[in-house]
Amino acid sequence: MTDTNEGKRRGELWRGTTTPRAPLAPPTDRRTFLKLAGWSALAGGAAACTPRSPEELVPYVDMPEHVVPGRPTYYATTLLREGYGYGAIVETREGRPIKIDGNPGHPATLGASDAVLQAELMQLYDPDRSRTPLHDGTPRSLDALAADLATLRERLLKSGGRGLRVLTPPVTSPTQAARLGALLDSFPEARWHQWHALARDAAITGSRIAFGRAVDITTRMDRADVIVQLDGDFLAEGPAHLAHAADFSSRRRPGPGMLRLWVMESTPGLAGAAADHTLVVPQPRVVRLALALAAELGLAVPAAEGLSPRERRWVAACARDLAEHRGRALVLAGDPQPPAVHALAHWLNAALDAPGRTLEWRDPALARPEPVIESLTALAEDMHRGEVDALVVIDGDPAYDAPADLRFAEGLERVSTVIHHGLYVDATARRADWHVPLAHDLESWGDARAFDGSVSLQQPLVEPLHASLPRLALPEMLMGRWPRSDREVVAAHWEARLGGESAEPWKAALRAGIVAGTASSSVDVVPRPSAIRDALAETPGNADAPAPVLQFRADPHVSDGRYASNAWLQELPRPLTKLTWDNALLISPAMAERMGIGDEEVLRVSTGQATIEAPAWVLPGMPDEALTIWLGHGRAIRSGGEGDSLADGVGVDAYPLRTTGALFARTGIDVEPVGRRYALAATQHHHRMEGREPVRRMTLAEVLDGRDHAPQGDEHPSLYPEPVPAPFDVDAPQWGMAVDLNACTGCMACTAACQAENNIPVVGKRQVRAGREMHWIRVDRYYEGDADAPRTLFQPVPCQHCENAPCEYVCPTGATQHDSEGLNVMVYNRCIGTRDCSQNCPYKVRRFNFVEYNYGAQEAELLSALRNPDVTVRSRGVMEKCTYCIQRISRARRQAKIEDRPIADGDVVTACQQACPTGAIVFGDVSDPESAVSRAKNHPLDYALLAELNTRPRTTYRARVRNPHPDLEENDSSGGDKAHG
Amino acid sequence: MLQIGGVPDVPQLFPRWSNSVARLAFATLLLCVPAVVAGLMLHVRSDWFTGAGIAPVQPVPFSHAHHSGKLGIDCRYCHTGVESSPVAGIPPTRTCMTCHSQLWTEAEALAPVRESMASGQSLRWTRVTDLADYAYFDHAVHVHNGVGCASCHGAVQTMPLTMAPHAFHMGFCLDCHRDPGPNLRPPARITDMDWSPVDGAADTRALLAHYDIRSERLDDCSICHR
Repeated sequence: MTDTNEGKRRGELWRGTTTPRAPLAPPTDRRTFLKLAGWSALAGGAAACTPRSPEELVPYVDMPEHVVPGRPTYYATTLLREGYGYGAIVETREGRPIKIDGNPGHPATLGASDAVLQAELMQLYDPDRSRTPLHDGTPRSLDALAADLATLRERLLKSGGRGLRVLTPPVTSPTQAARLGALLDSFPEARWHQWHALARDAAITGSRIAFGRAVDITTRMDRADVIVQLDGDFLAEGPAHLAHAADFSSRRRPGPGMLRLWVMESTPGLAGAAADHTLVVPQPRVVRLALALAAELGLAVPAAEGLSPRERRWVAACARDLAEHRGRALVLAGDPQPPAVHALAHWLNAALDAPGRTLEWRDPALARPEPVIESLTALAEDMHRGEVDALVVIDGDPAYDAPADLRFAEGLERVSTVIHHGLYVDATARRADWHVPLAHDLESWGDARAFDGSVSLQQPLVEPLHASLPRLALPEMLMGRWPRSDREVVAAHWEARLGGESAEPWKAALRAGIVAGTASSSVDVVPRPSAIRDALAETPGNADAPAPVLQFRADPHVSDGRYASNAWLQELPRPLTKLTWDNALLISPAMAERMGIGDEEVLRVSTGQATIEAPAWVLPGMPDEALTIWLGHGRAIRSGGEGDSLADGVGVDAYPLRTTGALFARTGIDVEPVGRRYALAATQHHHRMEGREPVRRMTLAEVLDGRDHAPQGDEHPSLYPEPVPAPFDVDAPQWGMAVDLNACTGCMACTAACQAENNIPVVGKRQVRAGREMHWIRVDRYYEGDADAPRTLFQPVPCQHCENAPCEYVCPTGATQHDSEGLNVMVYNRCIGTRDCSQNCPYKVRRFNFVEYNYGAQEAELLSALRNPDVTVRSRGVMEKCTYCIQRISRARRQAKIEDRPIADGDVVTACQQACPTGAIVFGDVSDPESAVSRAKNHPLDYALLAELNTRPRTTYRARVRNPHPDLEENDSSGGDKAHG
Repeated sequence: MLQIGGVPDVPQLFPRWSNSVARLAFATLLLCVPAVVAGLMLHVRSDWFTGAGIAPVQPVPFSHAHHSGKLGIDCRYCHTGVESSPVAGIPPTRTCMTCHSQLWTEAEALAPVRESMASGQSLRWTRVTDLADYAYFDHAVHVHNGVGCASCHGAVQTMPLTMAPHAFHMGFCLDCHRDPGPNLRPPARITDMDWSPVDGAADTRALLAHYDIRSERLDDCSICHR
């Protein structure tokens, strides 16, 4: 990042329009002004006189079977992330995919989704995707590519494929693995390498240490009473995180037998925020705490040294809790931790009788489980030695994300033919001889395994938008088996098991989105204590690490950089920092104070070999003497469309500091302030609740003691007419929502789903800084307690649909009104943009279109394809807000009317509710006492936000209940004043 | 130079008759403003603006009078989505060709249809019934609840070239949503273009009861706008 980047049109999405910052024309005198005003009034009037321009109706020539224009069609497919499959149900309208949700029958999504899954839709339509093959940067046809590859094939056939290397992300896809195997058979000298910047190497190596072979863990958190996490974030990372969230939250409902979660973490994450006890330590120190925990549980491990009294007390209580729940306990090791900690976790689980109860050890889902860092290192060394003749990079950007000490980009220059197959013209593509656009998962055939080994098929939802080739294409071309459709490749692979394309099992697998009975079998293994002990002894971390530590983590939304040009994900506030459009050096309040710096102050971090400059962001809950920076930013992509890529100039690239020996944490760094500031765009600036208690809290002990109601706020006199003025027609359903703050993990899936469903525009960094983000449901984050070890609270806030809606009283045009079903509706065409409603809204959930966010974009035509045709696309000068997904209510109402029946409970599922991986959001008819939402609202812990204002919101919350261990229940809720504000 | 208590010595710029001109101009302006407003209001309601009663030029001079009126083909033969989808649907070219591959195979007027079938390029019709984009209409729920095709589309069986019979202003929708009874038909008569409602309140009440229509909520904003 440099100063010059600052002024760039960062994240300005409505490219091509005049922004409000554009300088006006030279000063105009009064006469000219009046003349212009007169003419423009005349012109405006004249323009209004023309009849509406006629619209075209374009029917099919031959209508496909099953398609009913105007009605959605749903297909099951699979999206890949880090090689693992996530089952999805995709809604299409007249052949356009417009919404992605989880597949209820798929183990990795269970019908829910996360922000990234939702935003894969934006990825498909991303205007920055590359659109045509490039040969040395010049656009060429796919035929020219095929001809060139045929020549390459001839050359390679002569040498048996010597010097041919294929680099892919980790592969679970049975078809892809088999086809790569076939490629290696026809070119015996060729090699297949795997690389992904966030691959789970430590888990693979850890299981090899513990068992002598690679083993995957699948958990049954719904059977656990106590879970301990040794760093990482099981609710946000890894291929099973949605399943974890569902299982975990099912045991977090307040009541007897509520699960207790202990988390050690080096960077605040979702699991730490959900935990009952969080211990915040720099990453290298976790080893020591894990050793202490193991020692407390009676395992013969090297002794842990130098624990503070607080850490000692924490570990002792944690160990007691685990020991008391033998057979119902679970220990998880995080991806950033070294292999020895993973091995130790296996040993601890075995000692706690977890196998077969709260976890299962299974055959790995990966086709070739290997530490990818070793695979990439071998490739880079061969490249530097000049032993690589042709390199085919499929779906990767190693020139950007390979560890710096491998000097991968330099190595590429020594390879005579580099072929890059990816979504973007990125750093690798620009150094390649050929760049081939990769078809998006929604445009391809394929398959993949979920975390538990279950196979699901991938089918295209749309013809490729650009001149791209599917993931399976290049190996087929090199084998001389092209043109061959990827459907044929997949169908041929599954012919033995599912019969051909016309066979019923194949069709059933496509329809269900899962191939039944393909989960990997559990394996009977026993950890080997001596090997684990040896590995622990060799792992540094027991000695005091030189401070400070620089920790690398994936950006919560942009991931390793894969989604860097995805506008939805860039603008989606990160769960804890609430930052958008940038990464930052996360720093603890204490360390920031010692350094005398604050938010947005630029720090220089240098390792001797490399230096980056990035703004600081003070984050409560960061360990002292540690800095965290997200990977995935500062990615150089050349847009496939016109103009700059969206990723251009967003954030700081931290990969130059990352080396093979320090993939997740690096010591020996110098940190100093540069003395300049860099503006960051965050959506929430308050860290504390400021005495208003929007999130009400209790402990489980208080609930079980019978204090079973949410603490109520003060009574205030009310000026609203009583009873409620809205007609409460008992014949009509009365819509309402209940949000369980115990289930909410703060993951932001709801916000992303709402954005996709409701055509919510992206506004860009500058507008976010002006407080003009458009998300209809925000997730507020509050801290309480000590700023260095705070308790984190999340609260999703959509429009509350008040029965006494303050907005309605002040609208001069009646643009916001109540309907007879209790909805606070917006009539966009009546809105004249006074913004009085937003001013009068105590919840601040209304959003105003300050600029023309939707129609001005140069890429409007491409992006208009992803819009939901059931929802109005709002224009400049119009207020908008959460509608409770009125289009879904309307659809259910009309369907019920057609079928001549009442709307059943569960007929209306809002987009946020559908996406939520923990079922925290319940929606329905509150006038029906038997509905799920009525039952949720009848819970004694149910409360309304700012109830003292007597707005009578239809959205209510269930108070957050903690389940602290009695040994640690000292008064650690004091010190709230110290929280960073 | 400053003059205290006096009038500056400035020569008269305007002749005396300019007062009359100014008065006349103001009077004209006062009359003009309401005239322009009234004119514009009439204009937006005029057929020229709304397109009502005007048949747009279409690629093929399709005659509902012939197909629906003379041959008696049911609406749903071509508009297949009407009972299941918000949009009734414009028939694909293949639907035209089910008959016209046998009949009028050489007709000049049908050349674009044959061309569409051969080339795979869609026919591009001009929309006749154009509702405002911010109003959402659902055909299926209307035809399942007693509203016939003719209620909105008029007597298409008499139209050699299709035109909108009236303007689709919000008032047109609201008239019926506030008092749906007079526009309801028995289920068997929905696509019957020649059926007309029998006078008599008892029949209307029976139909309202049959379809379970309560009009109190039908004029909520959220019924049509989202």
